[in-house]
Amino acid sequence: MNTNIPPEFRVKIDQEKCRKCKRCLQSCSFGVYQFHDRVIPDNNKCVACNRCVAMCPEDAITINETPNVYKDHPNWNLQLRKNIWKQAETGGVLLTGMGNNLPYPIVFDHLVVDACQVTNPSIDPLREPMELRTFLGRKPDKVNVEYKNGKMKLKEKLPPQIQIETPVIFAPMSFGALSLNAHKAMAMAAKDFGTVYGTGEGGLHTDLYEYGPWTIVQCASGRFGVHSEYLNAGVAVEIKIGQGAKPGIGGHLPGEKIGAEISRTRMIPVGTDALSPAPHHDIYSIEDLRQLIYAIKEATNYKPVSVKIACVHNVAAIASGIVRAGADIVYLDGFKGGTGAAPTMIRDHVGIPIELALAAVDDRLRQEGIRNQASIIAAGGIRSSADVVKAIALGADACAIGTAALLAMGCSLCQKCYTGNCAWGICTQKPELTRRLDPEWGAMRLKNLLRGWSHEIKEFLGALGVNSVESLRGSRERLRAVGLDKQTCEILGVKPAGR
Amino acid sequence: MTIEAKGVYYRQLNEKIREAVASGETEVVVNNVNGQRYIGDGVRGKATITVNGVPGNDLAAFMDGPTLVINGNAQDGVANTMNEGKVVVMGNAGDVLGYGMRGGKLFVKGDVGYRVGIHMKGYKANIPVVIAGGTAGDFFGEYMAGGILVLLGLGRDKDTPLVGDYCGTGMHGGVMYIRGEVDPTRCGAEVGIEELSEEDTKTLEGYLKEYCEDTGHDLGKIMKEKFVKLYPKSSRPYGRLYAY
Repeated sequence: MNTNIPPEFRVKIDQEKCRKCKRCLQSCSFGVYQFHDRVIPDNNKCVACNRCVAMCPEDAITINETPNVYKDHPNWNLQLRKNIWKQAETGGVLLTGMGNNLPYPIVFDHLVVDACQVTNPSIDPLREPMELRTFLGRKPDKVNVEYKNGKMKLKEKLPPQIQIETPVIFAPMSFGALSLNAHKAMAMAAKDFGTVYGTGEGGLHTDLYEYGPWTIVQCASGRFGVHSEYLNAGVAVEIKIGQGAKPGIGGHLPGEKIGAEISRTRMIPVGTDALSPAPHHDIYSIEDLRQLIYAIKEATNYKPVSVKIACVHNVAAIASGIVRAGADIVYLDGFKGGTGAAPTMIRDHVGIPIELALAAVDDRLRQEGIRNQASIIAAGGIRSSADVVKAIALGADACAIGTAALLAMGCSLCQKCYTGNCAWGICTQKPELTRRLDPEWGAMRLKNLLRGWSHEIKEFLGALGVNSVESLRGSRERLRAVGLDKQTCEILGVKPAGR
Repeated sequence: MTIEAKGVYYRQLNEKIREAVASGETEVVVNNVNGQRYIGDGVRGKATITVNGVPGNDLAAFMDGPTLVINGNAQDGVANTMNEGKVVVMGNAGDVLGYGMRGGKLFVKGDVGYRVGIHMKGYKANIPVVIAGGTAGDFFGEYMAGGILVLLGLGRDKDTPLVGDYCGTGMHGGVMYIRGEVDPTRCGAEVGIEELSEEDTKTLEGYLKEYCEDTGHDLGKIMKEKFVKLYPKSSRPYGRLYAY
């Protein structure tokens, strides 16, 4: 057994405060607690999800990180040692959930936003209109207007657009990785607030078809739940090529998470692993991608098609190919993006940060004169409204939030999504756990988050002296770098602070 | 109803076909097809569409109901993620046939290319069936999760392998029936090979009867040779891959 691996956390029960109600036993989905006259925790099983702490009516539980009792070594931190012990025991691939947790520099935190002082006065968003409405989709090369009966009219029909009321959407996370209640919460919040959520690759549960106008459906390599009705259910179709947390590899939704509903929606037997191959087997080139884009357009009477890729070294050239292949939206997922399950080594060591990828892609599309042909969605490490503002200034049309949305629904980032034991009912299919998340409550929390962020974005815009998010898009002059090297500044197209 | 395809771009051609099916036409004949893509793509309903010529890629992709009869060869991506309906190809067909197929039937009279039947699905009564009369290339039934793949090897010369390499790699559901000997070294590690049970033979014969009616092959001749059954050894081939 795990003789060498010290427990990550230590659970302490204040036996004086504890009144033995056993609520901790019910709330822990990882089997930490047993009851023999008193509550006895098994530290080895604790993941610090903090569900028990939240549920304990007597505030009798504290969870602490185990202090490192091993001799310190600069080259061999405890996590690396634990990894090796674990693999020596199991011979397996290290698995994890959520986004990259290695301490790479976070570029967003080295960028600061401009503001108006004295001249070009700032605007007070509480008193003056501030436009956050965003349209995602292909924009025409030029707009031709004609006058009819004294009124201006567009000469040509505009390509289809997705209208969102704030430049933030919910990232695609599959029904399978997430519970149905979590999907419902995102769908309801998207509808009420006027934004969209992504289905991820697990198909669309029949209960959620009514939220179609606020849904982007996904077609990924496993083709789970993809059929004509599904493709037509949303406002757009997303082809998922890659994911920031695990660029270049497929997905294995473990059999533990394949219950009756997942089985029905994905069309695979209960208890089998849902295997998403690494590539789409009908896409081996840009031409093949174009073929699928147009197969989907043909099947949907030309709805917008989004192509989601993980940010990798040649992201700019790839994005250019995607736009030329006919995509209406390019979805860039940086290497800090989350996941329900990914091999730890891949999650932590493959891909590049969204900030640099976004700047490179925006530059490239502008240089080639095709930036108008597709909207850019930036994702993978968007943590606050400040990140949204910076991403838009770097060239994004909108941002997608996955981890932030889960946190709003109660997630505590314990990174155990792959076990299917999510104590908060978000990333699980066990009925006794999924019912812990009330979709109405989740939707309210998501709407609150969007409301808060939207107000903050308006404050940023007001400070910048602009009254619309359009005016900030790609406006890198309004950003400055603090503590970034010259080359990084060059890639970002941002001057150092003071210049 | 007859539709002329000569010199017509695929978008306009498919619009015409879609309109015809939507207006209630049950018999649509499309003449002089020459590489137009996406015929039958996403089309629902019960019409029979006869294609005279060689249709382009992604024929019957996402199709949901109609029957397509191709009097000629077909190219790549036939029945891509198809949901329901039937495609009968009276010649050979290309690569990536029946990818992620969820239901319906794809009958090819002749040979098929690489990557056929990848990640086919199956749920209760929805069982997609792909039958190829000739030989198949590499990656036949890779990642197969459900449905039935049948390979007959008719008209093959001695030196042509019945099926290519990596047959059934990652297979975790569904079943393949292959007429003749299958070299286990060509199969993925996840594949088991065994003799057909009585029930297997009954199921297979039912589908082959329909296949022969559609393609003109001789059922008696086909059934004379022995079939083998390829099945997934586990529904969770990678269940022990990870250190939890």
